[in-house]
Amino acid sequence: MHELSIAASIVEAVTESASAYPGARVKEVRLRVGALASIVEDSLQFCWELASADSPVAGAKLVINKLPVIVHCDACGVDSQIEGVQSFRCPRCGELAADFRQGRELEIESIELEEPDAEAAQISAPSPVEEQL
Amino acid sequence: MTTRIVELRRGILKKNDELAAGLRQRFTSAGVLVLNLVSSPGTGKTAFLELTLRDLRSRGAKAAALVGDLETDNDARRLAASGAPVRQINTHGICHLDAEMVTKHLEGWEGVSLAGLEYLFIENVGNLVCPSSYDLGERIRVALLSVTEGEDKPLKYPGLFNSSDAAVITKIDLSVPCGFDRELALKNINEIRPGIRIFETSAKTGAGMDEWLAYLAQQARPT
Repeated sequence: MHELSIAASIVEAVTESASAYPGARVKEVRLRVGALASIVEDSLQFCWELASADSPVAGAKLVINKLPVIVHCDACGVDSQIEGVQSFRCPRCGELAADFRQGRELEIESIELEEPDAEAAQISAPSPVEEQL
Repeated sequence: MTTRIVELRRGILKKNDELAAGLRQRFTSAGVLVLNLVSSPGTGKTAFLELTLRDLRSRGAKAAALVGDLETDNDARRLAASGAPVRQINTHGICHLDAEMVTKHLEGWEGVSLAGLEYLFIENVGNLVCPSSYDLGERIRVALLSVTEGEDKPLKYPGLFNSSDAAVITKIDLSVPCGFDRELALKNINEIRPGIRIFETSAKTGAGMDEWLAYLAQQARPT
């Protein structure tokens, strides 16, 4: 339900980061989303199209990398991956584990940019100095 | 064309998280205990909060509340009857409160200064999904669950229960007619958030309120 707010936040963050690379087009945005982050993937994809349209990141593909929950068991001293999000017990000893090491992430991992080649850029977009000459 | 990968590694809700961190610092230095109450609509957050505010005031504690709803100030008016300062936040369609809304509504709140408060309750918009992602700078997130909702709510909405620090079961006066399986509910909450403190209350009979108020007093004491 809040995926539109999330999508709008991604557009804002990516636009800001990509502005450091003038002329570049954002091809792909890669996210890390924990299983406990309360994000519905289909809904986020749908909202991404709405939120990114008419923005500098329009047309970029959203890649959602889902991360399973990892808990640390105090008894075993071991980190284990948990299947699903219905019960957080150490798979080795069966004890409940309250120390969450992964699963709540809601991050932008990276963006992929397509930049015009230096030479091509010169041909297609002469600098103001050259124009004056 | 050349391709470049730029590593960002930043939280999607970084702006909210930064604002929330600032709020948390303000709350801590003012010495006010802030609680964020989250549940589905109809769990009884407002009735529970009404009673909490009344009991706190009768014990001489200074408490105030911010209450979030999509529309209307009905809840603020209900809560204000307790005598505590209450301010409504209308989100106009947004399904959760965020740190910016809280920041804005702390400004210009007549007669209320954080330093003069011991407790500030933030009643979130009734929703079991979205509020879990938005930090409001609270010290304690409280998830509420009523006996009329079914024992498996924590399993259906793990994100919210997992991110909470305390759980409150409400309307326990209706346990019998609802056929509420108490043991199963406690087990389910504990599977999702192992070791979480659980309170069993009724705003109608006042059951469980002493234990809840003792917990609040203990949490408010500077450590």
